[in-house]
Amino acid sequence: MNQPRPEVALGKDLVGLEGLSRETITGILDTAEPFKEISERAIKKVPVLRGKTIVNLFFEPSTRTRISFEFAEKRLGADTVNISSSGSSVMKGETLVDTARNLEAMRIDMVVIRHASSGAARFLADRIPSNVINGGDGQHEHPTQALLDMLTLRDRLGRIEGLKVCIVGDIVHSRVARSNIFGLRALGAEVAVCGPRSLIPYGIEELGVETFYHIEDAIEWADALNILRLQLERMQTGFIPSLREYNRVFGVTRARLEKAPRDTVILHPGPMNRGVEIDSAVADGPQSVILPQVTNGVAVRMAVLYLLAGGVFGGAEAAKQESA
Amino acid sequence: MSRPMLLRGGRVVDPSQGLDGPADVLIEEEVIAAVGPALQGPDGAEIVDVSGLVLSPGLIDLHVHLREPGGEHKETIHTGSHAALAGGFTTVWAMPNTDPPIDDPAAVGYVRLAARAARGTRVMPIGAASIGQKGERMTEVGELVKAGAVAVSDDGAPVWDTGLMRRLLEYTQTFGIPVLQHAEDRSLAGGVMNEGAVATALGLRGLPNAAEACVVARDVQLAELTGGHLHVCHVSARQSVEQLRLAKEKGLPVTAEVTPHHLTLTDEMCRGYNTEAKVNPPLRTAEDVEAVTQALLDGVIDVIATDHAPHTYEEKEQEFDYAPFGINGLETAFGLCMRALVQTGRLSLSELVDRMSCAPARIMGLEGGTLRRGAPADIVVFDPEERWTVDPADFRSRSRNTPIAGWELIGRVHRTLVGGEIRFARN
Repeated sequence: MNQPRPEVALGKDLVGLEGLSRETITGILDTAEPFKEISERAIKKVPVLRGKTIVNLFFEPSTRTRISFEFAEKRLGADTVNISSSGSSVMKGETLVDTARNLEAMRIDMVVIRHASSGAARFLADRIPSNVINGGDGQHEHPTQALLDMLTLRDRLGRIEGLKVCIVGDIVHSRVARSNIFGLRALGAEVAVCGPRSLIPYGIEELGVETFYHIEDAIEWADALNILRLQLERMQTGFIPSLREYNRVFGVTRARLEKAPRDTVILHPGPMNRGVEIDSAVADGPQSVILPQVTNGVAVRMAVLYLLAGGVFGGAEAAKQESA
Repeated sequence: MSRPMLLRGGRVVDPSQGLDGPADVLIEEEVIAAVGPALQGPDGAEIVDVSGLVLSPGLIDLHVHLREPGGEHKETIHTGSHAALAGGFTTVWAMPNTDPPIDDPAAVGYVRLAARAARGTRVMPIGAASIGQKGERMTEVGELVKAGAVAVSDDGAPVWDTGLMRRLLEYTQTFGIPVLQHAEDRSLAGGVMNEGAVATALGLRGLPNAAEACVVARDVQLAELTGGHLHVCHVSARQSVEQLRLAKEKGLPVTAEVTPHHLTLTDEMCRGYNTEAKVNPPLRTAEDVEAVTQALLDGVIDVIATDHAPHTYEEKEQEFDYAPFGINGLETAFGLCMRALVQTGRLSLSELVDRMSCAPARIMGLEGGTLRRGAPADIVVFDPEERWTVDPADFRSRSRNTPIAGWELIGRVHRTLVGGEIRFARN
């Protein structure tokens, strides 16, 4: 049967990039394009989501992701509420599902969830009728981060397909790494990971990635490096002996980058530990797209919100005009 | 004096005597009085028609968690011992990781009394290996045995201290009981599922095969040193099998068990954050499933045990990290093994009965596991061809946690007799 491709782009939720098609991911990135301009206006607001109620349910501390979502929601005209774990009923022993159901009883439309436990977003999405967006679940996925990474890469290099992207650092504990692997692979990029063996999870090659244990090899190979934040507690829990040594062996420094055969694009999801995984000269240098990533984060999240609210691929421009 | 009973018209499969064929079974005074073709019961004997069904020695499960005392919301000795009957088990060994743990003689006595009152399967208590199951000081093993304990274990947790494990394997020899080890290296633990590609994709912390195999290797060394009886619980990793094979080749006093779920399921079951598949040791890969299956065929792994671990709906209905480990196994074990091992031709029916009844009795020196004249009349009557669908709502267990709900199993228990009394009969 030749069914026409459904116009509605995403399903009910965005839990992860695993399993999403090239068309879907490209559709999200394309949808983000017309939304970029809204943030450049004097009055940064269009009523695309007017009347929608969105809850930002953050069980883990987050500044940048939460604010980015909040800006995206507000600039599309939605009403938003932020809930963080301290001071909420989570502390009183209420289960995740009950928390969500109580919110639903107040008639909401969407939930953005950030949670320390892998699978929490899926768990919630399966149990409530509202749209659920994963704002980061444990060590599993952080799909909007990977989408903004890919949008930024595409802005800079004009394409994703065929690019060689290496994710550097603490792969074991990184939801950013997993979402990037799934997303980049779907778009036809080659993906590698680089770090000490103790921070590279077993079975990663079955996700279709190459592995480097030497940062020099990764730099030699890659068109772009996505440098992950090294959590300071990895030292206390024995994954690496010291930050000093990590910087010496795996830090992305200007001296190392200068040996690269091309102008390697530098991404970092933030917040950075300057002088640990990345040196200031690299973070602030001409190859860095770290701040454009943050800017794109708002546009990508607008796109996801719009699409989950029933928007169609290619419909964002019209939606903006119509609502204006 | 109880009334004699004649089970007539069935097929007797009793590997302890090499029997597999049509025969009747006569029970008198709670024991097997005769097995043979066309038996005549004494006057007044109760005649039970079992034509079309198989009679075997009742199944023996060396590893169950009945949760009482302290976990009665999950299971009680009463509900657990009736779940066991429905699964064809006439004897179960109850693990001591209750709250409080079964680490003194009074607690052992409590389990026995509660089991007697339940009138379900025979329940044999296992005593804690260390006080409070803390892995520090040995319990009064002799007192536990005197009160009725049949083994010691800190199951749920390993005896992690090498020195304590050595002393346990030495000291228990006076009392002729085994040490049952949950083999898991503490400093490699902390994961929630098998370490590997699936855990990596799901972003869940992994438990590597080596966490188990390291401790199996260590304990095999201690069994050789001490001569004590080491029994390795729920073997899941192919590397553990290698260590056990070595131990068997050396003729060491080492025995081992494998669960129905480790014989049939892989870590792929955890996809979608399915907490019903969260169990410790974790479901591993197809390679490991093949290795433990082969080991069961070879006799490197001696027996099948369920590690029946009931948990409530609320406990499993959580984020994967927070849900407890465990699978409810008593009522599905036989059908699952029939489907996965016998229907596929890996094991004959007789060999399955051996691994689930005769072998547990043999390695632990128990009375059951046979239909020899004079043995306790502990008998399971089943239809080896019957197909049925797992519906947890039908469980006798107080909990419903199973990853195989909706599966079609083959082979179903119809009656279970304990000491000549029909304690379970399916309508």
